[in-house]
Amino acid sequence: MIPLSSYLILGAILFSISIAGIFINRKNVIVLLMCIELMLLAVNINFIAFSHFLGDSAGQVFVFFILTVAAAEAAIGLAILVVVFRSRQTINVSELNTMKG
Amino acid sequence: MTFFEVVFYAFSALMVVAALGVVSARNPVHSALFLVLTFFATSAIWLLLEAEFLAITLVLVYVGAVMVLFLFVVMMLDINITRMREGIMRYAPFGVAIAILLIVQMIMVVGPENFGLQAFALPQPHAADYSNTKELGRVLYTDYVYAFELASVILLVAIVAAITLTMRRRPNTRHQIPGEQVKVLKEDRLRIVKMKSEGKQ
Repeated sequence: MIPLSSYLILGAILFSISIAGIFINRKNVIVLLMCIELMLLAVNINFIAFSHFLGDSAGQVFVFFILTVAAAEAAIGLAILVVVFRSRQTINVSELNTMKG
Repeated sequence: MTFFEVVFYAFSALMVVAALGVVSARNPVHSALFLVLTFFATSAIWLLLEAEFLAITLVLVYVGAVMVLFLFVVMMLDINITRMREGIMRYAPFGVAIAILLIVQMIMVVGPENFGLQAFALPQPHAADYSNTKELGRVLYTDYVYAFELASVILLVAIVAAITLTMRRRPNTRHQIPGEQVKVLKEDRLRIVKMKSEGKQ
């Protein structure tokens, strides 16, 4: 049968892929947001695996809240993106240098 | 190999391939569609872990709402992909190296020595009449009811923030003012003209 470590390794692989994605697509804000969604998904896999193996449904409640916050974050992030695109006609991170940060 | 193992490894492979597609696709639309595939595979894995309610929620909320929002924004904005791809190879080796390092480190921590079947035995499968939704609802509305209310407030704030951010009033657009329309009187619109009736000559 499938041990807990397999699920945890799966989550670790997903998390690392999304970290690599943030490095690779560092100019495209939309893909960066998608990579953050992938990271949250990897964390959720860990939560649900522990919840199953420890027989405690609190882990699933936490996943529920993470899904809520992630949905809110995606909505606000995309709204900010639309506003930025409207004023600058680009969402390339390297061209968003008005504040010289 | 049991049936569960076949399902687990098939969907895990699908998930990893789709996640690689998300980070490496040239077109953001393809990235979003790969992300949908990742969510579907994850939902299958969650079904294996007996989290049926969350698996369905992932498909309904994420694939049905959040990813549609992503696709909508990707298609609405006119993105110059070639400019985005400039200099991508300069940082790609660093990213891949850090990812491999992270995977190796994490597997050393969460590998089978620490979290194998000896440390965490397989739990008993639930009875056929067990309802995951019922159990989750019972915990959510009793122990976590305060957090549940806070989550609803977060969603409300997100709605208000998203609408206020994207709403704009353009000066030259033509639109109706319903208040003025309701307030209008008969005298403002209608003029009664007295004239003689046109009788037969």
